[in-house]
Amino acid sequence: MVILRRGPTLVIPSARLPAPMETNPPKTVASPAAPNPPAAAVADPIIDIQNLDFYYGQNRALDGITLQIQEKKVAALIGPSGCGKSTLLRCLNRMNDLIDGTRIGRGTVRIHRVDIHQPDVDVIELRRRVGMVFQKSNPFPKSIYENITYGLRIAGIRNRSQLDEVVERSLRGAALWDEVKDRLHDSGIGLSGGQQQRLCIARAIAVEPEIILMDEPCSALDPLATAKVEELIHELKQKYTIVIVTHNMQQAARVSDHTAFFYLGRLIEYDETRTIFMNPSNPQTEAYVSGRFG
Amino acid sequence: MPDAAPSHVFQRRSTVVRRQEALLAWLFRGATYLVLLCGALLLGNIVWRGSQTVFIPRPPFVNVAFLTQAPESLYVFEYQGKKMELGDQAFRQFKAEHHLADIKAESYVYSAGGIFPNIVGTVLLVVGSMAIALFLGVSAAVYLNEYARQGRFITMIRLAILNLAGVPSIVFGLFGFGLFVIFLGWNVSLLAGWFTLAFMVLPVIITASEESLKAVPRGFREGSLALGATKWQTIYKNVLPYALPGILTSSILGIARVAGETAPIMFTAAYVVRDKLPWEGLARWTDFFFQGVMALPYHIYVVSSKIPQNEYTERVQYGAAFVFLLIVALIATTSILLRNKLRNRYKW
Repeated sequence: MVILRRGPTLVIPSARLPAPMETNPPKTVASPAAPNPPAAAVADPIIDIQNLDFYYGQNRALDGITLQIQEKKVAALIGPSGCGKSTLLRCLNRMNDLIDGTRIGRGTVRIHRVDIHQPDVDVIELRRRVGMVFQKSNPFPKSIYENITYGLRIAGIRNRSQLDEVVERSLRGAALWDEVKDRLHDSGIGLSGGQQQRLCIARAIAVEPEIILMDEPCSALDPLATAKVEELIHELKQKYTIVIVTHNMQQAARVSDHTAFFYLGRLIEYDETRTIFMNPSNPQTEAYVSGRFG
Repeated sequence: MPDAAPSHVFQRRSTVVRRQEALLAWLFRGATYLVLLCGALLLGNIVWRGSQTVFIPRPPFVNVAFLTQAPESLYVFEYQGKKMELGDQAFRQFKAEHHLADIKAESYVYSAGGIFPNIVGTVLLVVGSMAIALFLGVSAAVYLNEYARQGRFITMIRLAILNLAGVPSIVFGLFGFGLFVIFLGWNVSLLAGWFTLAFMVLPVIITASEESLKAVPRGFREGSLALGATKWQTIYKNVLPYALPGILTSSILGIARVAGETAPIMFTAAYVVRDKLPWEGLARWTDFFFQGVMALPYHIYVVSSKIPQNEYTERVQYGAAFVFLLIVALIATTSILLRNKLRNRYKW
């Protein structure tokens, strides 16, 4: 059964869900011949990327990425600008489809074991289940209430009390409720930068996705607003799988369970965040996380 | 002594340079004021002489007859030593009452009565053609900016649209005459005029709509799609509303052009004279679209150049021009107010 097709059978059988990880997966040793060390193997990852090549026209942006992400964990993608981490993130909800001239060279991205680039996959349903928070906060020029309910309204939900409930739950979930509860019908544009980004997070969780992709969500925020968003990420991982792209290595160290280091379109190393920062096995990773380049 | 050594580094430059600067500034200022002067003279002339027709010095202060009656011939004659000026109907009534079957009177066509059918015709032409132009233009702009894969073919289409904007309006008139009036057999009709005028303003509307769509930040589209919206939902709910003020701005220019052009309608939609108003005497409702109308710009053209000029025709010439300017200003103001309202609603 292909889960991501539009239709009544959207519930994921519980048997598919991976059991919570009790122990860390055994770390495989990188073979010197392989360009990318195999990433930490997981029994049944929610996101399973195998040998992914990605092209912008003739330009290869991703080169043989193999990466597995576990459910209800935070995975951070780090690396210098242009290393492909944002491209990889946008492969996960097929936002790259919007860019002319892009294509998958080889390899697969599987979410719940479904190859999401197959033609029979409903990209609308995929994006509803794989939410996204962008680098530049993009609240719509509508009221806070309309921003949050946007995803539900386009899905055809009109029931006022249900919408009210979702608005409160999402705003509470994004730790924004107390700040905006008295001005739900004011424009979302009038909020501060950090509030806008949390509004975007609230909007993303309003449609109850399973995975939230965050593309440098704090790069435009001041340290206090950043701290709030990071705190929020800790809360969110109780319910959601989070993949976050960040330029800020301290942030990756603070919020993530696993970290992947990319360089020039390749995955250099992927491991427990602690290992990546304390005891990386690749010298390039070590050079990057210790601030010697990038 | 321009070559004297400066006493300090910020010493003023020579007077020649300063005079040049002042001269240039006055040249540019003069060019601007000349345009202003031309505009003021033109507008002032029409407003001054037109308002003498449209307004009257006694209550209700507006010449209601001029705005509500059809054009009539004016009859000037002498009766019991008094000079009389009467419109066609009044003249006939007068003749019947006073039994003056063979009175000698000079007649001046279109110089009496009003311009009501012309106002109606122009408003109908503007509304219909703008509806067609906005529908086609916005659709095309949405396709070009949101759906089409950018490439050489689309670039060529854009170039063709820009070129179309430079085609003289008389050519659009001939095109409409050939295609709609003759080939499609619509005759001289509202429908033919609508499409001809719509095609004339389409390039402007497409180009401006595309610019407005481009100005909507990419983040709004991505944010919407990332929430599981379809492409059309995204465009309809989260792109078009924000582009609408810009689209309306372009349509304001379009309205002025559609209302004002004479050449495209003279072969396709406009009658010199027509007794019935567009809604009178229709056998079927569809006949509404297949009738010609009188229109203000064409009427101004006719009364200014197709009939002998004299003191009696001037009244209707200036009156019609003044009313015409007022109507265009009224429609444009409405659009501007609507746009401003939308703009305040969607700010980013």
